Parts: sequence; structure tokens; C-alpha cells
Amino acid sequence: MTDNTSSIKQVQQEIVDEFAAFGDWMDKYEYLIELGHSLPVIDEQKKQEDRLIKGCQSRVWLDSEFRDGRLWFTADSDAIITKGIISLLIRVYNGRTPDEILSADNSFIEEIGLRENLSPTRANGLVSMMEQIREDALKYKGQ
Amino acid sequence: MIQDIDQIRSHFPYLQCARGGDRQLIYFDNAATTQKPRAVIDATSRWLQEANANVHRAIYGLAASATEHYEAGREAVRGLINAASKDEIVLTSGTTASINLLANIYGQKYIRPGDEILLSEGEHHSNIVPWQMLCARTGARLRYFPVGEDGQWDLGAAERILAEGKVKIVSAAHISNVLGIVNPVGELTVLAHRYGAVIHLDGAQGIVHEGIDVQETPCDFYSFSGHKLYALTGTGVLYGRRSLLETLPPWMGGGEMVDTVTYERTTYAPVPLRFEAGTPNFIAAATLKPAIDFVTSVDVPQVRENEKRMTDYLMRELNAVDGLRIIGSGGKKAPLISFTVEGAHHSDIATLLDKMGVAVRSGQMCSEPLLAKFGLTGAVRVSLAAYNTMQECEAFMGALRKVLAMLR
Repeated sequence: MTDNTSSIKQVQQEIVDEFAAFGDWMDKYEYLIELGHSLPVIDEQKKQEDRLIKGCQSRVWLDSEFRDGRLWFTADSDAIITKGIISLLIRVYNGRTPDEILSADNSFIEEIGLRENLSPTRANGLVSMMEQIREDALKYKGQ
Repeated sequence: MIQDIDQIRSHFPYLQCARGGDRQLIYFDNAATTQKPRAVIDATSRWLQEANANVHRAIYGLAASATEHYEAGREAVRGLINAASKDEIVLTSGTTASINLLANIYGQKYIRPGDEILLSEGEHHSNIVPWQMLCARTGARLRYFPVGEDGQWDLGAAERILAEGKVKIVSAAHISNVLGIVNPVGELTVLAHRYGAVIHLDGAQGIVHEGIDVQETPCDFYSFSGHKLYALTGTGVLYGRRSLLETLPPWMGGGEMVDTVTYERTTYAPVPLRFEAGTPNFIAAATLKPAIDFVTSVDVPQVRENEKRMTDYLMRELNAVDGLRIIGSGGKKAPLISFTVEGAHHSDIATLLDKMGVAVRSGQMCSEPLLAKFGLTGAVRVSLAAYNTMQECEAFMGALRKVLAMLR
């Protein structure tokens, strides 16, 4: 769970620093795979069609809950690298207020050298997932 | 004649480029599109500079020159497939456009409620959706003959459906873009004709790895894309037997496809221009000529032999990987192999292979129903072209083993 005393920017910077320690792409992806394996899995009953993010080569489910003014996410994917990237997003966005989420940017993905995963043709769901996170934030904004 | 593989490779500037330092990308997604030979690239640049004027309209010399290049592209296609006349070659923007055109013009003239259209279960979306749309418009019924567990056509089942006597047109892939199996299109053509149906073959992959002689395999229609055959994107072909093509009405209306136009009515140009409304992609279409010149200047038996050796090697090595399943293992295999691996997602495999310098396709490959039939939501596909080598196949297998070790 995210330490709420750190800002989104700070958590993103932590991730950037972690990735900077890796010598090559292989270490980076091995780490992503490891993160993917450790991502807490979404409730099977929440893996419904309406939580399935469309337009992905891998299937991605994202569920959000709004508690005490903050958003909490769980997610899953059938592809492990996608799951690894999801776990990074969840680490950044879990327990944030809608306003915090809506004012954040995701340039850290580029900074950690995973830029190709942002390309729409890659279709691994990262871009759609970020849109979904923002949509959920919009939905609860002002509540 | 272009003899050996090094000579073939020297024709492709892309293969000379380094990527990410000195590592060269192994391009194994040729079923999606091929890299371009220098002759195509140079001709494009030259014609853009020296021969850019709209075709089939103006009388000045530049326009005549552009029209000559465009028509030379058509003639090259005629020669490649041995059509009786270049009037049987309709130039389109690709296989998808060819099939949509065919479904519309054939459908308008010949398809009535209760008629049937017969496809195989192994078709690309481009050879399914236009027919579904036609059926929705006309009240015709779409039927499929099965492919077996090993990916091979069940011709007996096709014949039983044809024998019911309602099928007006059969449309099927020469080589499936997922299964990579060279289908018995000659036999299917005989069957279709025996029961009074016409037949269209989707040659998007077939034209590349098998080729077609429309006299030897007298299909009524054959379609393919130029860009999978080393020409530019936005080029395609619908071959139609002249006696049949001439009976078909136009689909799109506009310039170039007319004979006379008054405010009230129009008479249409003869084939093939009747089907080429508007300004065609004429410079791209003209590159069909240098592309086909390249294809026919290589030592074809040697290229086929090389492709076969690589295909045999890949089939053997892939089959030896624990938990790997090849989709479509039966019959004569083109150098196009799709597979899944237990415990490793296709998109993860493709992502990591890319990091290792191998470009492969992953996903549904525009063939969702076929994959669903095999219980899959996606697969990895490797597809080779004339410029690929055995060393690249070995490097790919090495990379795949490493990737699987990371993922499993």
C-alpha cells in the first residue's frame, strides 16, 4: 500500500530511481515480471466484462473502489509484463484523491525506459488503463 | 537472375540498416507487410519527381507517362498470374478493398435472399466481414466448411454444402494467415464449378509463397495486396475472369469509371476502369512492376527451397519446445507458423523477442473466429520472406528459448 505521505511525484521518482539501477533492458523486464507475479490479484468475481479494458492485446481488468475520499485499485492481466506495469501504476495511484490523480502525468513511464509500452500500437492496455484510472477519478471527483 | 541469399538481401536497404547499435532486427512479420527492395524505393522517388500527373485523363506528355507506369503495373500483375488480359486486373488499395469490392459488385448482381455464400473456417476477417455485410443486406446465408484439428480443409464437408445447390459463391484463402497451410485451392475450384458456384481465392499470403496461374487453377476471382509482395502499401489487385467481370455493375461512382455522364444518367466505362473510380494510388500501383520484376528475377525454385528448409527447421525446433503448440500442423506448410506456449502469454513473448531484436506478430491476427475455434485468444506468428535466412531462424530460436526461460 502506498505511503500517503509521499506525493504521486515522489513515488514516481522512487520508481525512476529503482529502474535507473538496472544495467540493461533484461534486468528491467525481469523486474517487471517479478512485479507482475507479486501483484495482488483482483477478485475473480470482479473480472467481469465491464471491468475488462478494451483494445488490448492482453486482457486487462481494472476495478476501483472509492473510500474516504480516495481511490483504491485492483487489477489483473493475462500477460505478465502488462501486470508488472499495472503494479507500477497501482503503486503510484492507489489511495489518491481524484484531484491528485487528475493532475498527475505519467512521464515517469518514459523516464524508466518503457516508452514503447505507451505506443498505441503496442496495445498492451497501458494507455487504456491510464485512461480508465482517470475516468474513475473523474467519476468520484467532488464526492 | 538473382541467385543467392546475400544477393537477395543486398536489394533491401532496410536489411543493411543497423538498429540499436550494431544489432540488426530480424524481421519475421512478413505476412503483415514486407520490406521494400531498392528498385521499388528508387522508382517511387523517381516517379514522384518525374512522372506525377493524374492518370487516364489528361492528354499532355507527363500524364501519358504517369498512365504508362500505372498500366505497366497492371500488365506486370497480369503476367505474374497469367491472366488472359490485363483488363481482368482491377487495381485496388489492398486485399481488403478487393474483397469488399467483389462482395458489393457480385452481390448486387447475383445474390438474392436464400442464396448461400460459402467460406472456410480459416479465414481472415477481411474475408468474413464483407460477406457478413452482404448477407445482412441481401438476406443471403453465410456458411462455413470446417478446418480440422491440424488446420486442413475438410473438402468433403465443403462438397456436401455445395451439393445442396444454394451456394452462389465460394471464398477461401489460398494460404491462411494464421495456419500457414497451402490449401487445396485447385480441388476447391473444381468442386465449386461442379456445383455451379463461382469461386474467389484470397491470395494475400498465397501470391507470395505459392503464386497462382489462373489458367491452371481457373478460379473466377483472385485477390491480393501489393505491399506483402514488396510493392508499396495501398496497392492491391482483384483479378476477375473477363466474361464474369463484364457482367458486374460498378460499386463506387466517380471520375474515371464512366463512359458518358449527363445530369440524369451515366453509362459506365468498360472493365477494369469501371471499378476504379476516382484518382487511383497510381504511383504506388506502378511499383507493382519493379516489385514483380524483383519477385520474378530471383531464382524462384531456390527461394522456395530455402523457405522450405527454414520452415522444416522451425517446425522441428518449435515442436521440441516444451508446452509449445503449433496451430495448423498438417498439410503443406508455407513459411508462416503460429504457435502458443503454455505458461507464457503471446504478448509477453512478442514484447521480449522485440527487445532481443526479433519482430514477430502476436495477438488475434485478424482471425478471431479461427483462434476461438482452437480455444485461443491469441498466438505468436513468425512469417518469412525471400530475404530471411537460416541464421536468422537459429537466432530466433535462441531468443525464444531465452524469452521462455524469463517468462516461465
